[in-house]
Amino acid sequence: MQNVTAALADTPTRAGESSTASGSDGIISTTTDLLPSQVAAPFDVPALPVETLSEMYRQALLIRQVEEFLLQAAEQGQIGGAMHTAIGHEANAVGASAALRPDDYLTCTYRGHHHGLSRGMDVGRAIAEVLGRADGFAGGKGGSMHFVSPQHGMMGSNGIVGAQVPHAAGLALASQLRDEGRVAITFFGDGALFQGVMHETFNIASKWKLPLIFYCENNRYSEMTPTWRTSSVGEFYLFARAYGMESVQIDGNDAEVVHAAVTLAAQRARAGEGPTFIEGITYRLAGHMAGDLETYRSAEEIEEQRSHDPVLVLRNRLLERGASEADIAAIDAGVEKAVAEAIAFAEASPWPDPTEAYTDVYRN
Amino acid sequence: MRKTTYIQVINEALGEEMRRDPNVFVMGEDVGRYGGLFRVTRNLFDEFGPKRVIDTPISEQGFFGMALGAASVGMRPVLELMYMDFSLVAADQIFNQIAKYHYMTGGLVNIPLVIRGQQGAGKRYGSQHSQSVDSLYAHFPGIKVVAPATPYDAKGLLKSAIRDDNPVVFLEHKMLYFTRGEAPAADEEYTIPIGKADVKRAGTDLTIATFSYCVLQALEAAVELSEKHGIEVEVVDLRSVEPLDIDTVLASVAKTGRLLAVHESYSNSGIGAEIVAQAYEIAPYLLKSPARRLGMAPVSVPVSKPLEEEILPWKGQMVATVLEMMRTA
Repeated sequence: MQNVTAALADTPTRAGESSTASGSDGIISTTTDLLPSQVAAPFDVPALPVETLSEMYRQALLIRQVEEFLLQAAEQGQIGGAMHTAIGHEANAVGASAALRPDDYLTCTYRGHHHGLSRGMDVGRAIAEVLGRADGFAGGKGGSMHFVSPQHGMMGSNGIVGAQVPHAAGLALASQLRDEGRVAITFFGDGALFQGVMHETFNIASKWKLPLIFYCENNRYSEMTPTWRTSSVGEFYLFARAYGMESVQIDGNDAEVVHAAVTLAAQRARAGEGPTFIEGITYRLAGHMAGDLETYRSAEEIEEQRSHDPVLVLRNRLLERGASEADIAAIDAGVEKAVAEAIAFAEASPWPDPTEAYTDVYRN
Repeated sequence: MRKTTYIQVINEALGEEMRRDPNVFVMGEDVGRYGGLFRVTRNLFDEFGPKRVIDTPISEQGFFGMALGAASVGMRPVLELMYMDFSLVAADQIFNQIAKYHYMTGGLVNIPLVIRGQQGAGKRYGSQHSQSVDSLYAHFPGIKVVAPATPYDAKGLLKSAIRDDNPVVFLEHKMLYFTRGEAPAADEEYTIPIGKADVKRAGTDLTIATFSYCVLQALEAAVELSEKHGIEVEVVDLRSVEPLDIDTVLASVAKTGRLLAVHESYSNSGIGAEIVAQAYEIAPYLLKSPARRLGMAPVSVPVSKPLEEEILPWKGQMVATVLEMMRTA
């Protein structure tokens, strides 16, 4: 009885209490209560050129401002349905996209605006899609949860948790069968790890040595429930090891670290060495979706995590590497202008013609 | 023309399409080295190798999702299921993903893949290996559903399914696999368009609209009704369930004035109800007596022979229903 009581106790397993080994190579034993910056990558992180850092900062800031606009628009009732922002997740996207080729494939969850934008999707058309306007990428049929732009390798964000992961494996299979050298990357949350299809895909991808990167954006919450309440497993990158895959846990809020990890994973994939699992420790600074009451966490917890805001991390990194305040101000001004123009474009975009509801059911 | 089996022509269609288009590949459980549970993919592994005839683990959600991914960039996967019942394991990938991808992406991405395998009862496989899923799949927009009854139609339709730019569910039937029929020589190219019905027997008194193995049962019923009761039944083989060729059905009803829609999926909320409803919506004036549907009784499929035979909408039930319809006319 005591064991059962302990298992159901309303407290997370603390670092160091786990039975698995920890610490020796920068890997910690549980992700609960961590700041992303407490995770040390078990590999060298090369310093990126200032131009690359500047571009990643520009993208991260742009994503942040687009998401803040969308969140506000959703709260004001301009956006129907479920709208999930990536506020706090930006570094995972911009670091990965900067490390990949433009023709590499990407799939992701419904928290996917940052991935689409980091791949270079037009900001105005992306916002128009979320608003359901005719100029949206999918003409307003997909909306927030179905960002897609094949020309950018963005093969789809998805409304069903985990469903996009085998899609990326199929894209990797296509690349392998055609001998194209393209890599597929798929982003999912920690909550997705308990969908069966994830494990089916881990197994197949590892066995077939698919050129695939599994990227877990571990924000510690499965929608509105802390993930530690849903599983006895505390270290998710270890799942991958069970399937014979390389895996690594990193600071997902540091775009430079993400870039290094994805670069290594992509090299392995292109060399035919198979998939890599990256667990990026990150934090969702906004709610799971617009309208989330956020009763499951404290204001203090969010405040503590703000000290490692990924946009701030990039900004400070730029200053450390010799960029001036004026350089950064110029980027800020450029982003502000671009976002304002994109919003204006999207809001001016017409509603789709109602007859469009009947098109695109079948390809003729 | 030659006499050949249903299994043989499916095998030929797969091989011919793989030779024609390097994007076509076959994926499923035991399809490679073993040649498929029912030997439908035999010899393909030897010719095309493990990259194009892919043995998967028993992970239907996983490899169905992978097929979507590969198809989204122009590959043409042909997925085999040993039993169509197992497709329900991959229901999320089929209904939420494959069927909707073209629409959700505003037409930016299309998914040219085929899901094929055998369904149906009659061999005492019980509840989880005997279901017919045609009505279920036909309910969802975005997928086409094909269920040919003869070797000739099966080969021509499978080729069309593989060349189609949309997801196609290609339904074989376990009772059809070893049936024989006329087909052109193995290397003679022909296709049959998806969505076109075919009148398999001409008649003047009543139209049976059906597909898959029920076509063979309907043809036997028609012979009995003609010989013993002087009733001439016209048998319309739909061949495709979605798109549904209601025009050919109604053209037949215009001649006979009576309509019975038959299928082995459940009678309730089934494709037969759809056909009857469309007949009443489009051309009620054609009907001399109430149109009816006949499907499997709404129970799970039992194993025991007399129990299974009891619920199947085959020849005996068709004859009885036609006689009732003719009496009430």
